[in-house]
Amino acid sequence: MATSSSVALPGAMDSLYTLIRFVTSYAGEHGFAGEKISAIELALEEVLVNIIKHTYEESGLQDLIEINCGTDAGSLVIEIIDSGKPFDIFSVREPDIYADIDERQIGGLGIFFVKKLMDDVRYRREDGRNILTLVAKNTPSQ
Amino acid sequence: MTGKTILLILHPKISEEKYLITFMEIDAAKENNKVIVSVKGKIDAVTAPEFEKTLADFIVQGEKSFLLNFSGLEYISSAGLRSILFTAKQLKSKSGNMIFCGLKGPVRDVFKISGFDTIFKIYNTREEALK
Repeated sequence: MATSSSVALPGAMDSLYTLIRFVTSYAGEHGFAGEKISAIELALEEVLVNIIKHTYEESGLQDLIEINCGTDAGSLVIEIIDSGKPFDIFSVREPDIYADIDERQIGGLGIFFVKKLMDDVRYRREDGRNILTLVAKNTPSQ
Repeated sequence: MTGKTILLILHPKISEEKYLITFMEIDAAKENNKVIVSVKGKIDAVTAPEFEKTLADFIVQGEKSFLLNFSGLEYISSAGLRSILFTAKQLKSKSGNMIFCGLKGPVRDVFKISGFDTIFKIYNTREEALK
């Protein structure tokens, strides 16, 4: 990453919009616009709410969420780091998007959106922390 | 009861209008035996509970037929879809239904990615939906 920018805030719902805005502002400053910013905003909300609700609140853990933003060959690279229990988003089964109202499961869509909307998603566990990397290319969605 | 609900969330430390970070406005009115719920702004993890409660209150009053007008909706996340699915399941068990109109931009994309565009009837305009 040539230039990067970082923020760390308590992993609580009060931090949600500040963290999302940190990333969307960075994306805007680096030439991202329109639908791509919307996709980044949505992916961020899904990842952050998941960490806040499931990794921190459910286990009564109070710790920071750290975000590092950078660019790499025109792509936006976002690292989201938490110190909660291991959570590999690739271990989550994808929802059946063809199921009817009765059979549709409530939940599971957030992670699915992250994988669909970002151009690359990587997970690693390092020093007791979850590190999720999202990559968004600066091209129109789809 | 029909009426208007507005939910504004401002940055916790700075409450000037330019720091407005989420906004949802719900306008509900009854027409042709349908409750038309028009939602403007964002249905996200913070505003979704209020959206869900608005619909739940109508169901408690015996309403079974809803048109959700999303022509002013700019953003919806999985939290909003969860509220929609939860409400749709309840309505189905009461032989009610829920249709949509006016989806645009990112909201239309989210409905497509999630397959919600195949499980719900979606119309381009309010007029078409009410025909």
